[in-house]
Amino acid sequence: MSDIPDSSTAPTRTIDGVHYHQHDIVIVGAGGAGMRAAIQAGAGASTAVISKLYPTRSHTGAAQGGMAAALANVEDDNWEWHTFDTVKGGDYLVDQDAAEILAKEAITAVLELENMGLPFNRTPEGKIDQRRFGGHTSEHGKAPVRRACYAADRTGHMILQTLFQNCVKLGINFFNEFYVLDLIMTEVDGEKRPAGVVAYELSTGELHVFQGKAVIFATGGFGKIYKTTSNAHTLTGDGVGIIWRKGLPLEDMEFFQFHPTGLAGLGILLSEAARGEGAILRNSEGERFMERYAPTIKDLAPRDIVARCMRTEIREGRGAGPNKDYLYLDITHLSPEVIDAKLPDITEFARTYLGVEPYTEPVPVLPTAHYAMGGIPTNVKAEVLSDNTTVVPGLYAAGECACVSVHGSNRLGTNSLLDINVFGKRAGDNAVEYVKTAEFAPLPDDAAEFVKGLIDQVRGATGTERIATLRRELQESMDDNAQVFRTEETLIAVTEKIQELRERFLNISVQDKGKRFNTDLLEAIELGFLLDLAEVVVYSALSRQESRGGHFREDFPKRDDEKWLVHTMAYLSGDAHSADAGDHIKLSTKPVVITNYQPMERKY
Amino acid sequence: MSTVLEERPAAADAIQKFTATMMIRRFDPDVDTEPRWQEFSVEMLPTDRVLDALHQIKWEQDGSLTFRRSCAHGVCGSDAMRINGRNRLACKTLMKDLDISKPVYVEAIKGLPLEKDLVVDMEPFFASYREVQPFLQSSSKPEKERLQSAEQRARFDDTTKCILCAACTSSCPVFWTDGQYFGPAAIVNAHRFIFDSRDEASEVRLDILNDKEGVWRCRTTFNCTEACPRGIQVTQAIAEVKAAVLRGRP
Repeated sequence: MSDIPDSSTAPTRTIDGVHYHQHDIVIVGAGGAGMRAAIQAGAGASTAVISKLYPTRSHTGAAQGGMAAALANVEDDNWEWHTFDTVKGGDYLVDQDAAEILAKEAITAVLELENMGLPFNRTPEGKIDQRRFGGHTSEHGKAPVRRACYAADRTGHMILQTLFQNCVKLGINFFNEFYVLDLIMTEVDGEKRPAGVVAYELSTGELHVFQGKAVIFATGGFGKIYKTTSNAHTLTGDGVGIIWRKGLPLEDMEFFQFHPTGLAGLGILLSEAARGEGAILRNSEGERFMERYAPTIKDLAPRDIVARCMRTEIREGRGAGPNKDYLYLDITHLSPEVIDAKLPDITEFARTYLGVEPYTEPVPVLPTAHYAMGGIPTNVKAEVLSDNTTVVPGLYAAGECACVSVHGSNRLGTNSLLDINVFGKRAGDNAVEYVKTAEFAPLPDDAAEFVKGLIDQVRGATGTERIATLRRELQESMDDNAQVFRTEETLIAVTEKIQELRERFLNISVQDKGKRFNTDLLEAIELGFLLDLAEVVVYSALSRQESRGGHFREDFPKRDDEKWLVHTMAYLSGDAHSADAGDHIKLSTKPVVITNYQPMERKY
Repeated sequence: MSTVLEERPAAADAIQKFTATMMIRRFDPDVDTEPRWQEFSVEMLPTDRVLDALHQIKWEQDGSLTFRRSCAHGVCGSDAMRINGRNRLACKTLMKDLDISKPVYVEAIKGLPLEKDLVVDMEPFFASYREVQPFLQSSSKPEKERLQSAEQRARFDDTTKCILCAACTSSCPVFWTDGQYFGPAAIVNAHRFIFDSRDEASEVRLDILNDKEGVWRCRTTFNCTEACPRGIQVTQAIAEVKAAVLRGRP
C-alpha cells in the first residue's frame, strides 16, 4: 500500500540527456514545511517533492525544545496571549494578522500532529504535556506560561519522522538527493509565473526538469554564512538564493537570530527547553546575571535579549574559563531523573563534545547563529510576493526560507516548528486550490540551459582558490562583524570582505571532475549562494540605522519606530556581478501590519 | 569569537594538536574496478571528530573525497560509516577516543551497494523501512488529542529515537549475507508502532515480520545494539517483537 509506483517517479521524456517530469505541484525541500505541504498536496494533486537530502536528514530534525500552541492543557492560556508574545518577541516588526493566524492555527496544528502519530510527552491525565519557553507568557507578560508541546528534547526529530511516516503512508513521490538549481519563470498573459524547476541529480550528475503548475519552496535557512552556528553543513540558502537570482525580493534579511546557548566553540544547540525546565545562565562569578537584565522572566527572556546580555557579560570581563570567553548553563540543581526524562539529548551533546557532565558541572555556552527571520516574502496564504503586494501566481514559500512575517525581528523559541506546520499546510492547501484551475505554464525549449552552463562552468573550474578557504573567510568575517553586535564600521569591513571573496570566487578550483556524487561541485555552488545571501544580509543591516530584535547597531542603539517600523525589501537589480553591492542591490521598505498591538517599549 | 580563539597562545595549540593517519577506503565507479585504501595525514585537536578529519582531507587535500554529512552532531543520520571496523557516525566519534598511534580506518557501511568512496545506495534500506508500514494506523477520529498515559508513552520511547542512519542494519551479519532480510532498523520502526497504544495495525505488522525474511532471521549477535548511535536497545526491541509475534499481539 505504501510502495511508490515506479511510473510516477519515472520521467515522461528524455531529450538530449535531460529528463522531463510533470506534476501539478512541485515542492522543493523535504524538511518540516515541505513535507507538511506535501501531505496536503499529495492528497489533492499529483505532487513531487525534490530534496537535496534524504527527507529524514533535514534540519527540522535538529529542533529540540517544542512547538508552541495555547492548548491550556496544564495552565490557563489562550491564542491571544500567544499572538501578543509573538508580536512583542519580534520587537513589533511582526505582521500582526499573520501572527494571529499562527497562534490560532497552532492548536489544530499540534492536534493534527498527534493524530498523525507524534509521540508527545504526556500529562498525568494523558494529555499533551507543555513546558515553559523564552518569551511565552500569560496575561501579556506577567509570568512565564507552559505553552510548548514537546517530546523530550527531540521535538523536531519527532515532527520530521512523523511527517515522513505520513508521506510514506500517502505514497508521496520523493526525489532524494536532487539539488534544485533553477526556477523557471514564464510570462503568461503579461505576468510572470513559475513553469517548473531544474534539478541536478547528485548520484548521476544528470539534469531533470520538473514542470509544475505550482511550485512550493521549503528549502530552509542559510546559517552557514556564519562560522559558529547550530545549522547543518547543508543549510546554504540555495532556495532563497535561487529566488534572489530571479530578481524576486527578499525581506528583512538583516534579522538573524543568535541562539544564546550553543556549546562553546562548537555552536551545537542546547535547547532553550533547558531554561524552560529551570536551567540558569551564570557568569564567571556564579551570578545569575539575567536577573539584572530581565527581572520578571529572567533566563526566559527572548533570545535576542539573552544573547546580547551574554555578550555584554563577556565584554565587561565576567566571562568564564581561562580566556573569559564563555558563560555557563547550569542545570546541576535539577535531578538526574528530570534531566534524563526531559533533556536527554542535549546533556549527551555536552558529554560527547565537551566532556562535561551536566549532572554535576555547568556547561560552557555561547550564542550561535541559529535562524533567519528574513527570507522570501509571502502573504498569509504562503503566496510569494514580487513586490510589497503583488502575488506571483502559483509560487509559494513556507518555513525558514519564507518571511510571512510571523517572527518580525526576533523569533520566539518553539514558533518555528509551529511556523513550518501552519504555513507548510497553508502552502499545500492553497497550491491544491490553485492547480484545480491553473494550466501548466509553457517551458522554454532551453529550460535546462542555465543549469547546464552553471554545472559545466563549475566542474571545469581550474583556478587556484580553494572553496573551503573562501567559505571559512566568509564565515569568520560574518562572525566577527555581523553577529550579535554590529556597527557601520564592522558592516563595511565585512562588505569589503564579501566583495573580495566574490572576486576570488571567479578563480576557484574544483578537483572532482566526475559526474557521480560530485560533492566538490556541490560545495562550490553552495558557496555561491552563501556569498550572495551574506551580501544581502550585510547590506540590509548597514541600511537599518536602528536596533530592533536580532539586529543591534551599537552606533544606533535605540529602536526608531518613526523611521524604521518597516520591513526591508531587497531586490537584485543591475549587474549581479558588479563589485559594489550598492550597484546591484536596491532596498525599499514595506509597511508592517498592525492590528491590535501598538508598539511599546520592550521590557521583560 | 574566532578572534578570541586566534588570540590563544600559539604554544597551547602546539601542545594540543596531533597528527593522525587516516586510511580511507576509496572507490570511484568511473575509474576503479575495486575499492582501494588511500592514506592521508591530518592535523587534529582532541575535540575534533572523525568528520572533521574527513573535512580536512576534502577541503585541504583532495576535493574528490566523497561522503554524506549534514547536521554534524548525531541527529540527522547522514554519516554512518565503518570506523576501525565498527559502525559509527563520523560526527559523533571523537578522534581522542580512537587509538591514534595506529592509522584510523574509515570505509563505507557494508551490505548496501557501494556508490562512491563512503557513499552507499540507501534505497534498499528505505524500501525495507516502508514495508513495515511505519506510520500510525487508527480508525478513531478524536476532536482533541488521543489520550495516552505516560506509561503507555514510555513503552515505545526507545524506538522513537531512530534516525534511520542504517548503522544497525549494515552491522548485521545476517543482512550482509541476505540482503532480503528486513534488518534491525525496519524492525525497530515496526516496534515503535506495534507498542504504541494508539495504533490498531499491530497484527498486520507482526504478520509482515513473521515472514521468512522477518524477525526470525535475527541471530542475536548484538552488533546492531552496539552500532546504534542513539543508544537504542535494538536487540531487545527485536526480541520484544519476536515475543509479540508468538503471542499474536503486542
